[in-house]
Formats: sequence, structure tokens, C-alpha cells
Amino acid sequence: MLTLKHVTKTFHPGTANEKRALNDLSLRLETGEFVTIIGSNGAGKSTMFNAICGTFPVDEGAIFLDGKNMTGLPDYRRASVIGRVFQDPMKGTAPNMTIEENLALAYAKGTRGPLAFALNKKETGFLRDSLAEFGMGLEDRMKTKVGLLSGGQRQVVTLLMCTIVPPKLLLLDEHTAALDPATAQKVMEITNILVKRHCLTTMMITHNMSAALTTGTRTIMMDDGEILFDMSGEQRANTTLETLLSMYSAKKNQTFDTDRMLMPD
Amino acid sequence: MGSLLTLGTLQTAMELGFIYSLVALALFLSYSMLNVCDLSTDGCFILGCAVGATVAISGHPYLAIFAAMGAGVLSGFITAQLQTRFGIESILAGIIVNTGLYTVNIFAMGNRSQISLNATDTVFTKAKALLAGTPFADYYKLIVAVLFVVAAAVLLVMFLRTRLGLSIRATGDNVDMVRASSINPARTITVGLCVSNALTALGGCLLGEYQKSSDIQVGTGMVTIALAALIIGETLSRGHGGIGRRVVFVIIGSCLYRIIMAIAMRLNMPASALKLVSAVIVAVAIAMPYVKQSLSDHRKKQAAMRISEEETEDVKC
Repeated sequence: MLTLKHVTKTFHPGTANEKRALNDLSLRLETGEFVTIIGSNGAGKSTMFNAICGTFPVDEGAIFLDGKNMTGLPDYRRASVIGRVFQDPMKGTAPNMTIEENLALAYAKGTRGPLAFALNKKETGFLRDSLAEFGMGLEDRMKTKVGLLSGGQRQVVTLLMCTIVPPKLLLLDEHTAALDPATAQKVMEITNILVKRHCLTTMMITHNMSAALTTGTRTIMMDDGEILFDMSGEQRANTTLETLLSMYSAKKNQTFDTDRMLMPD
Repeated sequence: MGSLLTLGTLQTAMELGFIYSLVALALFLSYSMLNVCDLSTDGCFILGCAVGATVAISGHPYLAIFAAMGAGVLSGFITAQLQTRFGIESILAGIIVNTGLYTVNIFAMGNRSQISLNATDTVFTKAKALLAGTPFADYYKLIVAVLFVVAAAVLLVMFLRTRLGLSIRATGDNVDMVRASSINPARTITVGLCVSNALTALGGCLLGEYQKSSDIQVGTGMVTIALAALIIGETLSRGHGGIGRRVVFVIIGSCLYRIIMAIAMRLNMPASALKLVSAVIVAVAIAMPYVKQSLSDHRKKQAAMRISEEETEDVKC
């Protein structure tokens, strides 16, 4: 499904701030895999997402999605097959437009002519029903401007926008980190439902290591722009938080540097 | 001094209000929706006026309307390309195009800075001939202006409800979300500026035919005037409601602005003072919400400062 071949990206090359954010990174994802990604700050997790989405061009290497070379495509072209939810709930929605207008824009993703009306009765009904099943009462506020919603509600709207036309790849960039624990759990439940329903190939960055091991089907730890471990199946099932940390220390010859990753959300 | 407004001046104010509301609608699209301050508005207004006048003089009163709008589209296209393809700051792109348009406008009027339409057939003279003898004969100018504005407003509202229109609105609101919806923001900015400049040029074309002359000075300060109308309208509508309601309020804002101007004229204000009046109106209208908020914050702080410590109960630790 997704293949990264020897991808390299260096920021500020030739200056004192030179930083090799992705270092000859290769990765292959099969269809339907749900990969959780962990790693300390600056490990290259978000940079990898940005490279996949085309936020910036990579220096070397190539990125394939569903057999198609995406490396030269601009970000908005890739977005037709990639859905992405950011940590910041403000990023995924247009605040001065209503919930239904936001959803309609995402729903129309490349499917209809530009001069077709964005909202008709049948569609508003469908969008409303799609939102109703999350049980957050948002279906009664379809004409509310998204800017008036809470962070958790906006994140749910973003999630629905990203999946209403099922993408080939769903990227979740710590999408529950800015929410309170109860809301984060609710958003995570909705995420799991959507991923299962559409059999989405998913990558999720998280700082919660235990969640990383229990969610999804495969876990990757990144460090310094490289993949440190990549485990799935039985090996992953038998891994605990402690073994993960000792594996990290053994490989890096140093202890893990963020306390935040050990804290349960 | 008599009444502040005679029926005649009110009618003139409404005629001008409707014609200028086309420019306010253009800014509604570029400024309120796309969040781009299009400073090529002045030049584009004259461009519409000049092209419309020249085509009308050559004997095509109806074609003049479309030629003017086409010229506006072209001007908007260039402004948009400078922004999206060549990375020029949007305000600067507008200023550059505005400067260049001066030469283009002189050229469009046959290397003159003024041309007269006194003996030329225009949509207004056609309407006058059509309505002669009917009870509406005296209102032919107002009727033409209203018809054009209603048609433009209806088309604009319908356009903003299409998928393309929705993505134009989203571009000014959250450009990342537009990209994530697989829409190229360079395209939405280009289409938006083409449509908005077509409206500006239409306004210029109608004004030229209305006052039977095209002049290189006619667009000076147009951005400020249209912004004044837009902001009066947006303030009155409080930004609530759908696009349709907001568009109606922009048109009302433009008419109100002209009425304020007419009153200023009746108060024997010299014509040269009108630009200062519009500048003050715009500054006051934009500053109002901020000043209100500051005053209310100030009052709350003053009230808080008057509370003495004894009145509050100490919490025992």
C-alpha cells in the first residue's frame, strides 16, 4: 500500500542549524495495517508525515501509494487519497463556516463538478446521519459555525471530514493530545470505529507508549530520522512498556529522555 | 435649510448606492471571503469604465457591459497570478497591477484621460427609450442600476453555494483545510479575484454610462469607498446569517453610505471634503468593535480596582 524508499530530508542544509530529519528511511505498509509510531521529540515522526503528504519535497528517495509514485505530486493532489488529522484542533476545519459546509467540502472531494451546488437535501441528510452516530449531539448543530465548537468536537468533525470519502491512507498526528482525558478517549473510540469500518490503512503518532502497544496492529519506534524498532504480531503482543524501554536503552546506549511518554493519558 | 434630503437627492443617492454596491460586493468576495485586500480595485474600476465607454462609443451598448467585465476578469487574473505563481505579497500585487492599469486605462480611452458619452447609446439611454411614456419614466436610471445589482447579487450568492464557491470561502478561512480537501488554493484565489474584479469593472462601466463620461480620476479612492459600504453592511448584519443575508446588507450598506454623503453635501460641505468624510467613516466603522471592547474591559478593570481587600474573606491556611 504505502512504500517509502530511502527517503532523506535535511533541514537548513549548509548552516549551523543543519538537521537531518529523515535519514535514508525505508518503510512498507500493507493494506489495512494500523501502525502506531512512537519516538522522542525531533525523532522525525511528523517530518515523515509531512514527507508523505507532500508538505515539502524530499531531498532523496521516493514515496509510493497504492503502486503510484507520489513524490512529485503537490500536497493538494495527494490529499485526494490521504486523510490527515493534526494535534491542533484548529487546523482541520474552517472556523467561520458551518459544520455542514465543512463536511460538504470534504464530501465533495473531487467527485463532482466545481459548479455543482455544495449542499442538497439528500446530502445534508447523509452528513447529518454520519455525525449523529457519534452521539455527541453535533447533528442538531449542523448550521453552527465550527469556530464555536470545543476542541474535541472540532476534532470529531475533522475525523469525519477525513474519512467521509474513505482515503487510502489515514495519518493521525497525536490527534488526541490536546484534549482532556475523557474527550481523548471518546475521540479514540470514534477513530477505531472509523478505521475498522472502512478498513483504513492508518498511521498514528502517539506519545502514550502503552496505547501505542495496544492500539492497532504494528508499532514503530523512530529516533534521529530512522526506524529503531518495527514490531508486529506475537513479538508486539509480548512486549511490555518495560521491555520497550530497555530495548531503547540497549540500542541507543542511553535512557529514554521524555517522562511524558511514560505517563498514561 | 428645509429638509435634510429632498426626494430628488435621495433618488440620486440610491442610484449611486446601487451602482457602487457592485464594488462593495467585489470586496465582499475578495476581502471578507478570500481575506485578500485587493488594492487593484481603483484601477480596475476605471478599466471597466474606460473599456465600457470605448465599446459603447463604437456602437455596442450591450457588448460594452461584457467587454468591461472581461477586462476586469483579465486584471483579476494577473493580480492572482502575481500572488500565487510568483510569490508576490497580495497587497503588493494589487498595487503593482493598479499602477500598470493607469497606462492601460489611458490607452483604452484612445490616449486620452477623458471621453464623453453624451451622444452615445448606453444601457441607460436604451432603458430611457423603453420606459418613455410609462409611469416609470423618471426612474429609468434607478431601475437599470437595481436590475444589474439584483442579477449580480443573485448570481454571486448562487456561486458562493457551489463547491467552488464554498472552497473560495474556505480559502480565506483555513487554507490548510482547503489543501486537505484536495483543492488547489492557487486556483480558488485566481477564480475569486477574477469574479470580484469582473464585478468591480461592471460597477465602473455602469458609472461611466450613468454619468455619460469616462475619466481617469473616476476610480480614485474607490477601495476606501467600497470598504466603507462593505463595513457598514457587515456591521449592520453583525456577520450573522447566511451568505444571502450578508450580501443584501452589503447593498444596503452601499446605499446608506451614499445617503450619508448626500446629507454631507446638503450641509454645504465642499466636494473636496467628501474623501475625508469617507476616510473617517471607514476608520470609525473598523475601529468601533475594538474600541467598544477596550472601553468595556477598562470599566471592568476600574471596578475591580475599587474592591478593597477587607471585603474579601481571608482563607485560613
